[in-house]
Amino acid sequence: MSKNTLYDKLWDSHQVRETDEGASVLYIDRHLVHEVTSPQAFEGLRMAGRKPWRADSVLATPDHNVPTTDRSRGIEETVARIQVETLDNNCDEFGLTEYKMDDPRQGIVHVVGPESGATLPGMTVVCGDSHTSTHGALGALSFGIGTSEVEHVLATQCLIQKKSKNMLIQVGGRLRDGVSAKDMALAIIGEIGTAGGTGYAIEFGGEAVRALSVEGRMTLCNMTIEAGARVGMVAVDDKTIEYVRGRIYAPKPEQWEQAKAAWADLHSDEGAEFDRVVTIDGAAIEPQVTWGTSPEMVLPVGGTVPRPEDEADSVKRGNIERALVYMGLEGGQAITDIKLDKVFIGSCTNSRIEDLRDAAALINGRQVAESINQALVVPGSGLVKRQAEAEGLDQVFTEAGFEWREPGCSMCLAMNADRLGDGEHCASTSNRNFEGRQGQGGRTHLVSPAMAAAAAIAGHFVDVAQYMQTPDNKEEV
Amino acid sequence: MDAFTTLDGLVVPLDRANVDTDAIIPKQFLKSVKRSGFGPNLFDEWRYLDVGEPDQDGVPLGYSSGRPLNADFVLNQPRYNGAQILIARDNFGCGSSREHAVWALLDYGIRVVIAPSFADIFYNNCFKNGVLPFALSGDEVDRLFNEIEASEGYRLKVDLAAQHVTLPSGETMRFEIDNFRKACLLQGLDEIGLSLQHADAVHDYETKRKQDAPWLFAS
Repeated sequence: MSKNTLYDKLWDSHQVRETDEGASVLYIDRHLVHEVTSPQAFEGLRMAGRKPWRADSVLATPDHNVPTTDRSRGIEETVARIQVETLDNNCDEFGLTEYKMDDPRQGIVHVVGPESGATLPGMTVVCGDSHTSTHGALGALSFGIGTSEVEHVLATQCLIQKKSKNMLIQVGGRLRDGVSAKDMALAIIGEIGTAGGTGYAIEFGGEAVRALSVEGRMTLCNMTIEAGARVGMVAVDDKTIEYVRGRIYAPKPEQWEQAKAAWADLHSDEGAEFDRVVTIDGAAIEPQVTWGTSPEMVLPVGGTVPRPEDEADSVKRGNIERALVYMGLEGGQAITDIKLDKVFIGSCTNSRIEDLRDAAALINGRQVAESINQALVVPGSGLVKRQAEAEGLDQVFTEAGFEWREPGCSMCLAMNADRLGDGEHCASTSNRNFEGRQGQGGRTHLVSPAMAAAAAIAGHFVDVAQYMQTPDNKEEV
Repeated sequence: MDAFTTLDGLVVPLDRANVDTDAIIPKQFLKSVKRSGFGPNLFDEWRYLDVGEPDQDGVPLGYSSGRPLNADFVLNQPRYNGAQILIARDNFGCGSSREHAVWALLDYGIRVVIAPSFADIFYNNCFKNGVLPFALSGDEVDRLFNEIEASEGYRLKVDLAAQHVTLPSGETMRFEIDNFRKACLLQGLDEIGLSLQHADAVHDYETKRKQDAPWLFAS
């Protein structure tokens, strides 16, 4: 019998047929929809007189544009309000399930999907959003698509796709305390580069990945796109199955054993061949901080910002020079000397309950530094928010000086009112540090939730280990 | 979608690697519910010296001609006025899946993008909109950058059917493209219409899938 990778298995089980040109007609089980990349797709359907092929495969929620402050007055900005209303109207017109802005289940689409069980092992999951790779954490084949493909899936339940190559990233060993899935993701991107995964579907494996919680695996798979790959995956194990059990869209009790049996095969076969294998020592990963304007411009917290003159390649040297100017940094500067203006804990990468617990545990009675203008905590969904409040985490944050907000994408991409000012440095748990991403002229440093919380307290980057070893609030930093 | 067959066009060089879709069309312009009107805001943060905002009246994004231009940015140099071909460095179009990036390029007038490599989603989105992206080797791209810099009014002739681009010297450089994408682009085909030709096979697949994995169909 042939030995297949997890990606091969997921692909084969969804291939309806091959086209004459050697592409695959791939069946899509779950289509997640948000307000930004869907209006033109629905308009296209209407213009062609088409209807959604399978309305029950769609779950929609507004997330990019929604305000994270008081929502009782709706959305003040006209164009943003129109876009959210357009999603509401489209879902009503076509009979699609939507968690609307005032629904307690509303949230970031990549948090809502797994949380509701709308994302299940063995599924194909698409969304007009590049961070759809997140859902691969459950052993699903999930990837981001453009708006034309959103329309294509709505109309046909399929996509015409060419299969990617297989890559395995093995993270061995055990992560040290204070090092999280986010640090693992950033370290991997630092290793293979932002185009390292282009053309590949990446499976993450190895002891350190197996040891991650399912939410941690979501963080890891979420940032696969920052490594250039549309697809990130982790094999199904007992943790995955326990995670899914009992969720709204999970298999009914009478289907549970059949589902579990089907999911048991969702791993790469022993001896399956990968086109590329990358091995990383998990025990050597330190807390990571990005210093530049691409996620691959990343260093351990103890590092120093690169000097352009040390780079021999002229294109790379130019990239470093441009990034240093934009970020307002000097070559040779210590990461821990970067002064911060804002802190953002949130985004589809790091806004789940475990992320908030990590950050809250680090705070432990300490206060946000006076030099920090704003520190935001934006839970990933209404249900995450409710859970955090039940655990008293909102109190931990607000007593420390953080603002506790309503769920949405918020300052990850600053489509709503949450954004950086020109020149402001931000410790952010989001996924992209591109120029202008969090606001024009804003300077983003990507970090884990614990690192962001520690940075909020210190006013600059510190190794979380310093706070973890001294659980009272008297230590010098 | 407009078909793409050949193009003889002026080339604008954007000498940067990892040009991301946030740079191509910043987030504030994604609030539009239309496919058109993004051209004036293509590379907005690099092209203008002020902060661009979408039209607050909810009408299609308008071109405010009074905005201060960044004279250093390549698209603002008069010699590249009317360019239809954009050439850039590695990993062009990385980041967000926003198809608005392609719509902005197209609305500005760009029909061809050349780079040593592209991000997958952007690359894919181009073909849905009649924009041809293709990769040339790093050395070839280097050479084109040098020639464009040295010669004002530098044009390239792109022939999709033949899969090559002709330089002013008459030399050609070959590029690779997947057959299905090539056929769709050459004929401007409606991919949804093509997919619906497989409707019977999809129904058969669903019937089998409902038996194998009934939980996927619970509403």
